[in-house]
Amino acid sequence: MAQIRIENVRKDFGSFTAVQSSSFTIEDGEFFMLLGPSGCGKTTTLRMMAGLELPTSGEIYIDGEEVGMKRASERDIAFVFQMFALYPHMNVGKNISYPLVSQGMPKAQVKKKVGEIAEILGITDILNRPVGGLSGGDRQRVALGRAIVRDPKAFFMDEPLGALDAEFREHMAEELRALHDRMNATTVYVTHDQLEAMQMGDKIVVMNHGVVEQFGIPQDIYDWPATKFVAEFIGSPPMNFLNFNGTVEPGAVTVAMSDVSFAVPQQIDGANGALTFGVRPEHIRLDDAAPFKGRVAATEYLGTTQIVSLDTANGTVKARVASSDPVSVGQTTGLHFDARTVTLFDADSGKALKSHANAKVLVNG
Amino acid sequence: MSFSVTEPSKGTKWFAGILVVGYAIITIIPLLWIIATGFKSPTDSIAYPPVIVFEPTLEGYVNLFTDRTRATEQMLEDAGPPQTWYEEIARERGTVISGPSRYGERFLNSVIIGFGSTALCMILGTMAAYAFSRFRVPLKDDLLFFILSTRMMPPIAVAIPIFLMFRQLGLNDTHLGMILLYTAVNLSLSVWLLKGFIDEIPIEYEEAALIDGYTRFQAFYKVVLPQAATGIASTTIFCLIFAWNEYAFAVLLTSGEAQTAPPFIPNIIGVNGKDWPAVAAGATIFLVPVMVFTVLLRKHLLRGITFGAVRK
Repeated sequence: MAQIRIENVRKDFGSFTAVQSSSFTIEDGEFFMLLGPSGCGKTTTLRMMAGLELPTSGEIYIDGEEVGMKRASERDIAFVFQMFALYPHMNVGKNISYPLVSQGMPKAQVKKKVGEIAEILGITDILNRPVGGLSGGDRQRVALGRAIVRDPKAFFMDEPLGALDAEFREHMAEELRALHDRMNATTVYVTHDQLEAMQMGDKIVVMNHGVVEQFGIPQDIYDWPATKFVAEFIGSPPMNFLNFNGTVEPGAVTVAMSDVSFAVPQQIDGANGALTFGVRPEHIRLDDAAPFKGRVAATEYLGTTQIVSLDTANGTVKARVASSDPVSVGQTTGLHFDARTVTLFDADSGKALKSHANAKVLVNG
Repeated sequence: MSFSVTEPSKGTKWFAGILVVGYAIITIIPLLWIIATGFKSPTDSIAYPPVIVFEPTLEGYVNLFTDRTRATEQMLEDAGPPQTWYEEIARERGTVISGPSRYGERFLNSVIIGFGSTALCMILGTMAAYAFSRFRVPLKDDLLFFILSTRMMPPIAVAIPIFLMFRQLGLNDTHLGMILLYTAVNLSLSVWLLKGFIDEIPIEYEEAALIDGYTRFQAFYKVVLPQAATGIASTTIFCLIFAWNEYAFAVLLTSGEAQTAPPFIPNIIGVNGKDWPAVAAGATIFLVPVMVFTVLLRKHLLRGITFGAVRK
């Protein structure tokens, strides 16, 4: 198992830049998520790490060794494809043993190894079946088997649950995570599903337009987004943005928006001009006494909670409140924001302003 | 595979069945006629109205494989009684067998040139198609068009330049020359057909093999080739049928050493132009290899023809 380090990696396809100068480090044994919308460069980044694409510039280190220009076959890594890419002309056992055959491992040993892997994945009874007729879950397991059979330095997975139906995904996600914990293997996992990333990952890199927006542990990314993009991409419903013009002095603990003063974490950066006040829906309390008013436009009932959409002077806000709270459409109410959770953004650059609350997290970004 | 939404009605099925059977009969009659003519006597073969019921004879086949001379009394006496059944047949016409005919050699030439060019064409074609399908080849579209454009003119249009080139290169009437020529002509077909087949194979299979520790070439022949078997089989048949039946180039560029069977068969008819049974026998035997080959690969051929027509 190994640490993987990406340094200033860039990939151009003709005049199109798929990945711009990205750097991050994946620690040994980590379950690492590459998260972003489609076309953000996450798959290209993974493919460069695997050796299926060559970087235009930059370095990729696996286990301390620079592998950027090395062939995939020389990097000792395993890859699980979105469509699994099981060799259709081979049966399950042959598929799993194929990486071992390339190493010239003796037949008896191959058989033993395949048996062990099949045992772990619970597919012993289908080893002689052709891969054509397998269910999605079994295909997934065979693809995993082919990856883990070789004890590679790292596993790369490109949306491996994308081809499964929703019900089964949940189950497979758990199985994957359990498998990772058992093998303790460095795993890099590409997904566009923020829930999947939060649920499974030790660490997350959020990418957009070929740029690394932020990387860190899921909770830091959720609580202290480095950019408006991250704040919007992660969380459902996403973070609320209230746009206003104002000034933030370094050291300030309040900001004034629509003539109302709001408490915020003590600021380090100062800013002036178009700003955005970011707050997560669950950190909003509806309180008739609060001075900042909103009119209820809609409610969505979700069982234990409900999402209330409110029109305010600074834009629409969604609040997650207990479903027992009596809220009716058309009513006007006050909004109270939990000061400890607020992030201020520069509206133009989209970057979070540094405060004493998020400073530690933003060092990574 | 997809299925049609409505089951065709019984009437439609009958109509379709009759149509197919009718078409099959129309196409198979000339074939049967050639085979039958091979077993007729020269008189029966040109009888009018045509005879359908006749006394079969192997005379055509004997004439096909032998050279004969008109026998004088003296020769017959010298030769003694006929030793074999085919000598007997020759004697009945007042001839003696003077040696084997050249049909065997010509047939062998056809085998060498037909199968040789097909093999070469498939090796080159598969690799070229793979490259066109998978790599960023500069001017790919233009190159593919140029390759196809070699197919747009009739062979006769390029026959004279090729004849002159071959004369300069000493390739006239050689096996190598004909193999190269048929390979060149067929290559456009094989590259285009195979590129289509290879395009349909997901690239992930090869990438999986690359990651599993195989080189690009190993991935090509261990993973791509088995996947493309259907396409390769059907393309092989198309190439073989062309090279096997080709007449125009063969008649212009070969005369002796490397002459294939198609330009030779019409010569069998003889100086007085009556030996249709021998011609038919030659044609019948000539049909056999391609037929056997096609029947062996028919499963692939059928899949190949409909391949890609239906989206899964």
